[in-house]
Amino acid sequence: MTTPLSLPVESHAAASSRNACKLCTPLGACFVFRGVEGAVPLLHGSQGCSTYIRRYMISHFREPVDIASSNFAEASAIFGGQQNLRAGLLNVIRQYAPRLVGIATTCLAETIGDDVRSYLRDFRRDFPDAPPVVHVATPSYSGTHVCGFHEAVRGIVDQLAPAADTPGAPHDAVNLLPGMVSPADLRYLKEIFADFRLPLILLPDYSDTLDGQTWTEYHRIPDGGTPVADVTRMAGSRATIQFHSVRAEPATAGRLLQDRHAVPCHTLGLPIGIRQTDAFFKILESLTGRPTPPPHAAERGRLIDAYVDAHKHLLGLKAVVYGEADLVVGLASFLAEVGVVPILCATGEKTSHLARQIAAVAPQRPAEARVVEGVDFLDIETHARALKPDLIIGASKGYALARKLDIPLLRVGFPVHDRIGGARILHMGYRGAQQLFDSLVNEILEKKQQESPVGYTYL
Amino acid sequence: MMSPPDDKPIPMSPSSETAAASPSPASAMEAFKDDLLKPYPKKVARKREKQIVVNQNKPNISLPQIQANVRTIPGIITQRGCTYAGCKGVVLGPTRDIVNITHGPIGCGYYSWLTRRNQTKPPTDSDENFIPYCFSTDMQDEQIIFGGEKKLKAAIQEAFDLFHPKAIAVFSTCPVGLIGDDVHAVTREMKEKLGINVFGFSCEGYKGVSQSAGHHIANNQLFKHVIGRNNTPHPGKYKINLLGEYNIGGDSFVIEELLERCGISLVATFSGNSTIDAFENAHVADLNTVMCHRSINYVAEMIEKKYGIPWIKVNFIGAKSTAKSLRKIAEYFGKQELTDRVENVLSEEMPAVFEVQNEIRKRCQGKTAMLFVGGSRAHHYQDLFEEIGMKTVAAGYEFAHRDDYEGRRVLPDITVDADSRNIEELHVDPDSDLYNPRKTPAQLEILKKQGVEVAGYEGMMAQMDDQSLVLDDISHHETERLIAHFKPAVFCAGIKEKYAVQKMGVPCKQLHSYDYGGPYAGFKGAVNFYREIDRMVNARVWGLIPPPWEQSAAATGSPGTLADEEDPDLPQSHARRRTPVAGSDE
Ligand code: SF4
Ligand code: SF4
Repeated sequence: MTTPLSLPVESHAAASSRNACKLCTPLGACFVFRGVEGAVPLLHGSQGCSTYIRRYMISHFREPVDIASSNFAEASAIFGGQQNLRAGLLNVIRQYAPRLVGIATTCLAETIGDDVRSYLRDFRRDFPDAPPVVHVATPSYSGTHVCGFHEAVRGIVDQLAPAADTPGAPHDAVNLLPGMVSPADLRYLKEIFADFRLPLILLPDYSDTLDGQTWTEYHRIPDGGTPVADVTRMAGSRATIQFHSVRAEPATAGRLLQDRHAVPCHTLGLPIGIRQTDAFFKILESLTGRPTPPPHAAERGRLIDAYVDAHKHLLGLKAVVYGEADLVVGLASFLAEVGVVPILCATGEKTSHLARQIAAVAPQRPAEARVVEGVDFLDIETHARALKPDLIIGASKGYALARKLDIPLLRVGFPVHDRIGGARILHMGYRGAQQLFDSLVNEILEKKQQESPVGYTYL
Repeated sequence: MMSPPDDKPIPMSPSSETAAASPSPASAMEAFKDDLLKPYPKKVARKREKQIVVNQNKPNISLPQIQANVRTIPGIITQRGCTYAGCKGVVLGPTRDIVNITHGPIGCGYYSWLTRRNQTKPPTDSDENFIPYCFSTDMQDEQIIFGGEKKLKAAIQEAFDLFHPKAIAVFSTCPVGLIGDDVHAVTREMKEKLGINVFGFSCEGYKGVSQSAGHHIANNQLFKHVIGRNNTPHPGKYKINLLGEYNIGGDSFVIEELLERCGISLVATFSGNSTIDAFENAHVADLNTVMCHRSINYVAEMIEKKYGIPWIKVNFIGAKSTAKSLRKIAEYFGKQELTDRVENVLSEEMPAVFEVQNEIRKRCQGKTAMLFVGGSRAHHYQDLFEEIGMKTVAAGYEFAHRDDYEGRRVLPDITVDADSRNIEELHVDPDSDLYNPRKTPAQLEILKKQGVEVAGYEGMMAQMDDQSLVLDDISHHETERLIAHFKPAVFCAGIKEKYAVQKMGVPCKQLHSYDYGGPYAGFKGAVNFYREIDRMVNARVWGLIPPPWEQSAAATGSPGTLADEEDPDLPQSHARRRTPVAGSDE
C-alpha cells in the first residue's frame, strides 16, 4: 500500500514537514480550557481550525468536544475580527451560560495582528456582567500544541489570579500543574493527593470533561474541571508542583505564581517510571510531613517485583520513543530502568534541552543512540532504519513506521485514534509504570509467540 | 463589496428579545419548528427560520424554499469545515499519485492527514501512493513576516527530490492569502523547472461558507490544469467517468467491480481510487455520471460545454438506486448487448439483497432515522433506510446549496452573495479540436422521454415525506432538541457529533468515515449497511445504562415494564430504553 522508501540517512528536510510529529498551538489551549469547570473554548479565526481541532480531540477522547469559532469571513480577514469576536462571545454566553470563555487565536487572527486584548476591553465595557474571559495568543507558526497547552495554563493563572504582588489569602492546598497528560493520569494524581490528605488545586482537570460517563440528561458543558474560584485561590497555595523537563522556566505558570505571589514552585519531570515517581512522592512527603500512604508504597513494591520477574524479556531491547519532549524524557527514564535502551528519542518540538534531559535520565546509552528535535516522521523513519529498534513507543501516528519495520508499537500519549481508551492510558506514577511495563512486556511476548513455530502457551 | 459580517452582536438579556412564535402553526411540525427557534435571539432566529423548513411534498405544490450555503453565525457550533478542507481533504485527497503540499502552519495539514479514510489500490506494490504522506511547509514566524514563497519553492523541490512524482499540488491555508504569497506564480515556476505538472489552489479556509467552496476551487483547477492533457483514446466500450465518488470505505472498489461486470469502462473517477493520468484522459469518455451533485456538478457542466459529454445523476447507495443507475447508463448508450449484461448482473445480485432486506426488516421496520451530513449523503442514504423499512423523519446537509435540496430547477434563482462571488466562475467555450457532442439534442430529448434525464437532479426534498423536517447546517442546540423530541432509532452524522448524540442515548452512525467500516455502495455495500444499522438500532447496551440502585429507587412497576417512561427527570430517549437487558427484544 505504501511507496517503498529508501531515505538517505540524515535526510532532514529543510523546508517542509513530512508527516509531522507535532500538532498546532490552539489545540493545546483547547485541552486546557476543557479542563476548567464550566468553560467553553472559542477560537478566534476561521471556522475550519475549530472543526479540525474538535475532530482531532474527539477522535482520541471519543467524547463530545464543543469548541466555538468566531468564524471569519474574507471581510473579517481584511478589516479585523472585532465584530465576529463579539458576536461569537455573545452567542456562546447565551447558549452555554459558561463560567469562563477561553479564547485562543488561530494563525489567521495572529497574522492580521488582531488586537484581541483591546476587543476584550471593549467587550467588558459593554457587557460588564459577562463571565470571565481568558485570552491566549496561540500562533501555530511559532510553537506547537505543547506551547499552546502551557501558554493557556499560564494565561489562566495570569488573568484570573489576583493582580501582581498581592499575596493570596494563604490556605493549605497545593497547586499541581501536570502538563498534557491523560484523564486517567489526572484521576490517579487526585487519588494520590487525597491519600496524602493534601488539598489539591489541579489545573487543568479534564479527567471528567474529556472522559465522561453516559448522561441521563443532556449537558451543554460536561461536569467537572477546575473551578474558576480555585484558580483564583492558587496565589495563596502552599506550593506549586509542576511537571515538565524542557519548558523555558520563566514562562511557566509555576514560576509566575512564585515570582508574583511567592508560592514556592517545585519543578520535576513527568513522574513516569520509578525514579521520577520517587522524586514526586518525596516532595509530597516533605510537603505533608507524612510517609507515603501504604497502598502506594505497596504499588511501588509490586512494580519492583514485576520488574524483577520480567526484565529478562526486555533487557537490551532497543526502543524508538517520540512525542512531546516532556513525555519522551519520562518514557526514556522508565525504559532505562527496565533495561530497554531508548535508542532514538525524537520530538517535533524545538526545545534544545532534550538531549541534556535524556542524558540525565538515561545516561548509559550506546554511542549510536540519538536524540533529535524538530523532526517529522520521515526523519524518525530514517533514523530508525539505521538503528534497528525492537519496539516503538508513542502515539498512533507511529503506526506506519511500526508496520514498515514490523515491530510492536506501544501506544501512549496523544493522539491515540486507532485504539479504544486513549483517555484511559495511565502513564504516571507507580501504577502507570506498572501498566506501561505489563503492556510493553506483553507486546514483546506476543511477537515472540507469533514468531515461534511451536506456539508455546507458557511464556 | 466588503460588507462587515451580517451577524451583529446579539443583546444579552434573553427577555423580550426572543423570537415570537408565529400565531397559529399550521401543523404539529410547524409548531415544533417554532419551539426550536424560541430560545434563539431574534437575529439568530430570523436567520435559522429560513434554514429550517417543514417539507411540503404533495402533488401540484412546489417544494418550499430553504436557505442554504450561508455563513454560520459566530459562536454557533457547526458541523462545517473550511474551504481548504474541501479542496485538499475531500477532492484531491483520494488521488494517490499527486504529492499534496499544504502551504501554511502545521495544523491544517496535520488535521487533514489520512483522516478521510479514502482508500486506494495501486496496481502493484511499487506503484506510487502518496496518500499516507502529509507534506506541509510548516510556516514559521519568518515566513509570516517576510513571505513564504521561498520556503514553498524549497518544499516543492524537496518533495520532488524525495519521490519524483508526476504531479505536485499546493494548497493555501488562511495565512497565505494574507501575507500575499503568490502560490500560482511559484507553482508555474516550479512546473517549468521540474518538468512535471505543479499547480496551486487558493483555497484559504476563510474564503467560503464551508467545504463546498473548496470543492469548487479544487475542481476548477483540475479542469484548468489537468483534464484534457492526454488525448490517448481509451480502448474500452461504453466509456464513462464517475464524478463525485470519493471511495470512503472502499465504495469505489465496489462500483468499479460492478461496472466492469456490466461491461462499462470507467475512464476516470473524481476522485476515489484515482490517478492523475486518469484525470488527464477523462475527456475521452462518452458519459459523465455524477454521484455527489454538490461537490462536482459544475465540472460535469464544464466538461459538457468544452467537450460535449453529457452527464446524468446516478446514485450507487442503496440497492434500488444502484440498479436504477446501471439501467440509466445502459439506456443512455442504447445498446441491447449492454442492457442484457446489466440485467444479468442485476438478476445475479438482487435475490440475495432482498433476502437480507426481508430478514432485517423484521427488526427495523417502522423505526426512524435522521441524517445530517455532507452535501449528498443525507439524501443518498435515505434509500438504504427505506429498504429496511425505516423512515427518515428529519434530514439536512452540512454544506449543500439550495439545488441539492430543491432540485436544479431553482438554479437560476439562487442568490449570489459575497461568499459565492469569491469563487472563480470559469468561462468555458467548446474546445476547437476536441468538442464532440456525444448526443444530438434530439437524442437527448428521446432519452428524457424514456426517463433518463440528462443534467437533471431533483434534490433531497422531492424524496422526503410531506411534513418531514429539513434543516440546513444544523446546530448543536437543534440536534439536541430534535433527538429529545423524535427519539430517532439512529442519527447519522460525523465524528464530531457522534459522541454528543450517543450521550443522549441514541446510536450515531458516522457517514463521513463510515465508523471505519464500509463499503456501503452497490449491492454488497447495501447488505453491509443493513446489517450494521440492525446491530446499532437493536443494540442491548442502552439497557445497561440505569444502575440497579437507581432502578430500584425509581421502580414504580415490575422490572421490564416501561412504567418509568413518564419520569419527567429523564430524557425520553433513556426512559424509553429503561428495560432490563437480558431477554428483552426491544
Ligand atoms: S491555521 Fe493555525 S490554528 Fe488553524 S489549524 Fe492551521 S495551524 Fe492550526
Ligand atoms: S487556518 Fe484556514 S485553512 Fe487552516 S484549518 Fe483553519 S480555516 Fe482551514
